[in-house]
Amino acid sequence: MAQAMTAAQVTKKIIGRESLFILDVRNEDAFQDWKIEGENFKYLNIPYFELLDGVEEILDQLPTDQDVLVVCAKEGSSIFVADMLEEAGRDVSYLSGGMKAWSEHLEPISLGTLNETGTDQGEVVQFVRIGKGCLSYMVISEGEAVLIDATRMTDVYLDYAASRNVTIKHVFDTHLHADHISGGRDIAEKTGATYWLPPKDATDVTFDYAPLEDGSTVQVGDTAIEVRALYSPGHTIGSTSFIVDQRYLLTGDILFIDSIGRPDLAGLAEDWVGDLRDSLYNTYRDLSPELIVLPAHFMIIEELNTDGSVAEKLSILLANNHGLNIDDEATFRKMVTENLPPQPNAYQDIRETNMGKQTPDLETQQEMEVGPNRCAVR
Amino acid sequence: MKSELVLDVKGLACPMPIVKTKKAIAGLESGQILEVHATDKGAKNDLQAWATSGGHELVKHEEEASVLKFWIQKG
Repeated sequence: MAQAMTAAQVTKKIIGRESLFILDVRNEDAFQDWKIEGENFKYLNIPYFELLDGVEEILDQLPTDQDVLVVCAKEGSSIFVADMLEEAGRDVSYLSGGMKAWSEHLEPISLGTLNETGTDQGEVVQFVRIGKGCLSYMVISEGEAVLIDATRMTDVYLDYAASRNVTIKHVFDTHLHADHISGGRDIAEKTGATYWLPPKDATDVTFDYAPLEDGSTVQVGDTAIEVRALYSPGHTIGSTSFIVDQRYLLTGDILFIDSIGRPDLAGLAEDWVGDLRDSLYNTYRDLSPELIVLPAHFMIIEELNTDGSVAEKLSILLANNHGLNIDDEATFRKMVTENLPPQPNAYQDIRETNMGKQTPDLETQQEMEVGPNRCAVR
Repeated sequence: MKSELVLDVKGLACPMPIVKTKKAIAGLESGQILEVHATDKGAKNDLQAWATSGGHELVKHEEEASVLKFWIQKG
């Protein structure tokens, strides 16, 4: 019997830049659209239904000197193929839970302590949703925590908070998400925390929330670890950034490491491109270049630092990020309104779910979130 | 649509819907139609791709109370 490899184990291989050979037995379309990315990963895509009569034909295409992982959508077909490979004398694994589990895996990575010199050991933890490229954050200090852009895998955050003996006091969404279902409201209900949303993104929501306005601040713990909101529209009209402890700039879906936000997922690109430019070229440029940018997404695996985190100094992005270095406004306008990538899967249904207008069951939620986030323009 | 044979794979997950469909269609003659009832949402894309690669044609599909129905003409 083939062994299971968990999404967590695959994540460790990605972060460690290890090699892995992936036999992806999904449809060609599904594989082309979205796959497990690793710097030293190699791939073979043969749909499982081509292998029902046996795997002999592909044996010579599978290496014997590195780990082979068989991947499918939900795991069943990958076990079927992996067991045939085992019978043929090969040592292979299958991805436990398939791409569904891959999409849901969150890897918590500590970005280190805040206020090293003080008595408080505040900390920012980045939750890397490695399969979909979504990033969420927990700011911890003195037994309290603030959560930003939480995914629907709410237990991960609740368990993590419990393991650190902290109480979640505030839950923020930087904007109304279109690529993934927010867990923010659910976590706030379960913990008694306050759920904040930018009011300009929340005109159609069906629930109560605290209005996240420019300059809104909360304190985490008794000492002054401050989380301050900074209005930065452009991806959506309400998009809001956060400055944490004068050290981190959480940019939501406005600025990424190697790309910038797209302005078309909640309206017309032409309407918001001016706001996007203003946020990127004026609002952020007025901030300290020493701030460390923490975005809500990554797009390519090369954006991961050696520890698996996604973070870079604002000064470096100002110098190197192409989207921050287009002097001509007309050229910028053209770049972010034309040649946009395909939209995220089911993005309108996801937006309506985040507004509270739809309440899909778990399986439907998983189907809605299939694929990469696609929130950037590169 | 008239079919030669109806295959019920409701409740079965990948890869069984395709495994059973492949077996069922092997017993048919070219031009005859197999009707498949499935509940696995992945079956739609997979049956389409499988039919195309095997030279068969997915002539019709519809969804009825969360049951996916397919009509496949043997090539």
